[in-house]
Amino acid sequence: MKPSKIQTPGAQKSKEAPAEVTRRSFLNILWAVLGLAALAEFLWLTVSFLRPAKPGSAESETDTVVPAGALTAFAPGTVTAFQKGEFYLVRLEDGGLLALSCKCTHLGCTVPWVEKEKKFLCPCHASAFDITGSVITSPAARPLDTYTVTVENKIVKVDTGRRFKRSRFDSGQPVYPPKE
Amino acid sequence: MKATTPAADRPQRRFNLLGTLVLHFRPRRVPERTLRFTLTWGLGGMAVVLVLLQLFSGLLLKFAYAPVPTQAYESLVRLQEGFLFGRLVRNIHFWSANLLVVVVCLHGLRVFFSGGFHPPRRLNWVVGLSLLILVLASNLTGYLLPWDQLAYWATTICLGVLEYIPLVGSRLQQIALGGPQIGPAALRNFFALHTAVFPALIVMLMAFHFWRVRKAGGLVIPRAPAEELAKPAMVPTNPDLLLREAAMAMAVIAGVLVLSLLYDAPLGQPANPGLSPNPTKAPWYFAGIQELLVHFHPSFALLIVAALAFGAFYLPYLHYAETPAGVWFASATGRRTALAAAVAAGVATPLVVVLGEYAVDFSAMMPGLPQALSLGVVPTALLIAVVAGFYAVMARMFQASRLESVQAVFVFLAVGWALLTATCVFFRGQGMELRWPF
Repeated sequence: MKPSKIQTPGAQKSKEAPAEVTRRSFLNILWAVLGLAALAEFLWLTVSFLRPAKPGSAESETDTVVPAGALTAFAPGTVTAFQKGEFYLVRLEDGGLLALSCKCTHLGCTVPWVEKEKKFLCPCHASAFDITGSVITSPAARPLDTYTVTVENKIVKVDTGRRFKRSRFDSGQPVYPPKE
Repeated sequence: MKATTPAADRPQRRFNLLGTLVLHFRPRRVPERTLRFTLTWGLGGMAVVLVLLQLFSGLLLKFAYAPVPTQAYESLVRLQEGFLFGRLVRNIHFWSANLLVVVVCLHGLRVFFSGGFHPPRRLNWVVGLSLLILVLASNLTGYLLPWDQLAYWATTICLGVLEYIPLVGSRLQQIALGGPQIGPAALRNFFALHTAVFPALIVMLMAFHFWRVRKAGGLVIPRAPAEELAKPAMVPTNPDLLLREAAMAMAVIAGVLVLSLLYDAPLGQPANPGLSPNPTKAPWYFAGIQELLVHFHPSFALLIVAALAFGAFYLPYLHYAETPAGVWFASATGRRTALAAAVAAGVATPLVVVLGEYAVDFSAMMPGLPQALSLGVVPTALLIAVVAGFYAVMARMFQASRLESVQAVFVFLAVGWALLTATCVFFRGQGMELRWPF
């Protein structure tokens, strides 16, 4: 059957007013909408298939809090590297604690702490950061990222599950253990 | 055509496989002048041969390689030491990959400068550029697979750049990495892209590319600037074209073999996520971007790259008054403007690099401003002013048409880009400081 050959009153009318919806054009639109919906579903499926496991899922929460050690192990003005969690635990001169990511904020190289110069020096593109993670030398544009530090029963813990970006160092960022 | 096949062409029907398979892409006869070696330099054919070499050597490598961080490096060591010709196969893959980038770029330049991007070849220019991007993507994803220090850190900084793409950057990076840093998920992703997605796309687009060449009536026919095209003399594809192509293909294969025998593909220390080497450089074909990053705020460096890429794609659609297909550098004026542009870029680029290193520090000159302004907006605006000024000077000084001026800007940017790439590859040492390579 060739529907286009059948002269229905509707088809006659549509010649005069092309905007009118015929059965044929309605079904065509329906097909197009269904097709687009299917495409959107496939896209959504693909994207969610490729998306990495969400941070904060049940598995990661238990794993990410790293006990760094007793508070007394971190003397003021020192930087301690933690290879496993890939962060530095910094004890500032005033006793504040900071957990700094060891990834350079420029392009992601690992920055070693150079004790002699009291600086984090990126070997890749010569960015330098001070003990608070603030930029001394560009190209890095923002300070080293931080992780959440908590002190419980004089034990320092670092949550490596979530990395925080910051635009500058301010006094609200270090965690101060309760005074004796 | 079918009814009036000349008697001279008939014998080729005997080669049935050749006639139905290889010649499927080809007309029976081609204009004699398109066979001239100095029209194409055989670059398109070279690229095909290199892609085939890539596919075959890659297929062999796939039987030896383990795409897991703990085994990848060892599997390559085993390949090189335990497999018959294992090292040679890897070398062939390495060399043909690098040569492919060079050859595809040269092929693009040849097409551009011989006017091969005018109608009806405009779409094929876009297809060709897409192929270049796919070749670069294949190279980058393959770069990580050896899982040595070079691979790990070069890929780290390439993916680090993604973060600066506005809005979608972080998410893109997340998807590519599959985690907070390069690890098993990233290796899995790269392996899948490198061995399935990109090769499939390349092969499909290549078929489309060739088909468009045929639709356009073959290659541009070379001619002098003032020469009118008469009816070209034709010769049979077989043997006149095929023999030349076969000779070229064998020369390319021989060249790759010699390179692979003489120079080994690098395999350094196994990847160590805790220790970045100094300096860490991107693969050479992305070194231009890395050099831009030295001078510009990352978001603006990416903006410039995106603008250049868009400009390259849009080149055929600029409504030129004349479309001199087959004339090298468009015209006599075009040759002069192109030469002037090459000289200008050859002087200006090293000057800017050296000044940027030792004399001019925009972020120190404007201490009150955020880096996005002093290292982003200001130098980008300067660059745009230079390019726009250059275009105006070309149009005024040489009475250049739009086509000739656009070509001059293209030459200016291409030479500049090549010099930036060379700067990063050869002249950057520890801490990305300028140094003399010898």
